[in-house]
Amino acid sequence: MYKIIKKEKLDDAIYSMWIEAPEVASSVQPGQFIILMIKEKGERIPLTVADFDREKGLIHIVFQIVGKTSEELFTLKEGDKLFSFIGPLGKKTEIENYGKVITVGGGTGIACIYPITRALKEAGNEVISIIGARNKELIIMEEEIRKASSELIVTTDDGSYGRKGFVTQVLKELLDKDKFIKKVWTIGPAIMMKVTCETTKPYQVETIVSLNSIMVDGTGMCGSCRVTIGGETKFVCTDGPEFNGQLVDWTEFMNRLSRYKDSEKKSWDLYHEHTHPCSCGRGTN
Amino acid sequence: MAEMIPPKERVKREQIPMPEQEPKERIYNFKEVPLGYTQEQAIYEAQRCLQCKNPKCVPGCPAEINIPKFIEKIVEEDFSSAYLEILKTDDLPAMTGRVCPQEEQCQQVCILEKQKKPIAIGRLERFVADWARENNIHGNLPKISKKEQKVAVVGSGPAGLTCAADLAKLGYEVTIFEALHQPGGVLVYGIPEFRLPKSIVEYEVKEIEKLGVKVITDFVVGTTKSVDELTQEFDAIFLANGAGAPRFMNIPGENLNDVYSANEFLTRANLMKAYLFPKYDTPIKIGKKAATIGAGNVAMDSARTALRLGAEKSYIVYRRSRKEVPARAEEVHHAEEEGIIFNFLTLPVKVLGDGKGNVRGMECLKMELGEPDDSGRRRPIPIPGSNFLIEVDMVIDAIGTSANPIVARSATGVEINQWGYFIIDDNTKTTTKEGIFAGGDIVRGSATVISAVGDGKVAARAIIEFLSSGKSLRKRF
Repeated sequence: MYKIIKKEKLDDAIYSMWIEAPEVASSVQPGQFIILMIKEKGERIPLTVADFDREKGLIHIVFQIVGKTSEELFTLKEGDKLFSFIGPLGKKTEIENYGKVITVGGGTGIACIYPITRALKEAGNEVISIIGARNKELIIMEEEIRKASSELIVTTDDGSYGRKGFVTQVLKELLDKDKFIKKVWTIGPAIMMKVTCETTKPYQVETIVSLNSIMVDGTGMCGSCRVTIGGETKFVCTDGPEFNGQLVDWTEFMNRLSRYKDSEKKSWDLYHEHTHPCSCGRGTN
Repeated sequence: MAEMIPPKERVKREQIPMPEQEPKERIYNFKEVPLGYTQEQAIYEAQRCLQCKNPKCVPGCPAEINIPKFIEKIVEEDFSSAYLEILKTDDLPAMTGRVCPQEEQCQQVCILEKQKKPIAIGRLERFVADWARENNIHGNLPKISKKEQKVAVVGSGPAGLTCAADLAKLGYEVTIFEALHQPGGVLVYGIPEFRLPKSIVEYEVKEIEKLGVKVITDFVVGTTKSVDELTQEFDAIFLANGAGAPRFMNIPGENLNDVYSANEFLTRANLMKAYLFPKYDTPIKIGKKAATIGAGNVAMDSARTALRLGAEKSYIVYRRSRKEVPARAEEVHHAEEEGIIFNFLTLPVKVLGDGKGNVRGMECLKMELGEPDDSGRRRPIPIPGSNFLIEVDMVIDAIGTSANPIVARSATGVEINQWGYFIIDDNTKTTTKEGIFAGGDIVRGSATVISAVGDGKVAARAIIEFLSSGKSLRKRF
């Protein structure tokens, strides 16, 4: 179980894997997430499901190398197995026919917004997708998103591909132009989701974000992922991961994302010190 | 065989104290605090047992152990038979021998309690279980033929494991579903290594698996599969998923970075082994001064864990007085020996931040005791204007848990009460849906390991009765 069936490089730091997990694949819905452990001594990390294949029993995950665990995950090869893989967790996206909607993805969030975009279109919505990255090389899953949406707009910060600028500039133009946008979904780095919500607020368009808090169990037991939504404490793992972004206390959310930054750095430094290219055997733990 | 001593002599003897790791040593390690009786100590203690004709200790034991009988076997130095005697009704003896509150159960009703020297039943049980493990003595595998009926157990904590073992011994096909990656429930995520070594839990779970019980980890009943779906595949279901959700004070500042629920703090330390970071990848952040709110066993575990992880000062902050402390006396004693500082009649009202998301202190009110409340304990009342500051840089909320709704949400026809706990018939542990049973903390709220064991036993009997009468949850055509 939990065998890596396929591994792909999407850009320099973002990788994609299809994992064999038939129980998860049989019940997962767009918007839900999984928690995985690479090895017994590993940590439990949550990842939003990027796609699934119920027939083959596979779950698609997309991750960016940001620390020790994600780098270690990247070193695994097709055929290797994960120690633990649980899910689906969290609530599914509320998919219905709203009319005209926009989905906004940035970074690995592009992968996470993909199944939501597809499900919205399948439900009869007209879906405009906006995906953005720093430059052309960092744009991932463009063709999949294009197929899943009614219209796709790509932005790059440096103008090396698509429109020059940020996703929020395009979003603002669309909202100015079209008064019939019913709802917006955005997944990406916290700061991008925050700015997206600030952009939509004056237009009073409900904007759903998917929060990537630090978790342990992911089933409502520990409360590590708590976040303030409209003045009330909620658990991202069981009440979310999707929330009305305009109600999120972003300062607190971003503070809590940095809870372990010292430990994360220590882990990373030690890992790199231990994976030097000689055969002394260090780095294997 | 050790000598049987005359009753007069037995009464004269004093209880053998438990050898323990020295406090000044143990606050720097996670090794077990009580070291366990030696063979000689166990025999000497066992010889004190009066072997009452109508022993009061047996009905005092939710695990239904024939206590005088296994103690007699210790006197006979037949530890192997003593172990098999315990295993007849308790499949987790190394665990119950360590964490049961014997002083409120079997030992409280021991005839020698009147002289304040009851038989140290828990310590003897622990000795026998440890001896058997170290000497490779195992229980007898059931010789009974396999039955066709299948039972699903949700949760692999003490209630689930006990129920599963009792059913497997009678030949039923039992599958336990565990949400985490390791079986044991609260025994692995909650109770610290220094109170219950995880290798022991692992061992006892393996022994139960040998009875034919299948344990499936990484399976969240409620999301991976619903209870409704399980009713298509199993003839009966026992819900023992634990209370699960942490409670918070709901005071300002509680979402600051260094405020933990006890569940998170202990899960990181115990299940994820954050105390071995960076050898294990899960981090934990420890302040110089840690405040644990609450005074139950979980609070003691949290405060003592914080100390071992490097906190210079570890406080217990409790709104009632010493007299009302719900933790076991032994735990409080151990905590005090280790230098945990107790702040009684103190109510936190606000966690103060440093402007960067970190904790710099806790504002509290002084309390006084008023008239008794619903629990029969004197109600703590805040003294107006008594606000004061405790300088701390981390806070652990250990004020209890509430029901996690994931399992209940997926079980049509299984009703819950206003707190989210399953409504059951206390005699049979049957929920409002026939064929689905429930026990442990998801019925009782935060209770003890041994009451969960007791629920598992009662439920197993009711499940056997249900299945033997030809009933099933599955539709058979």
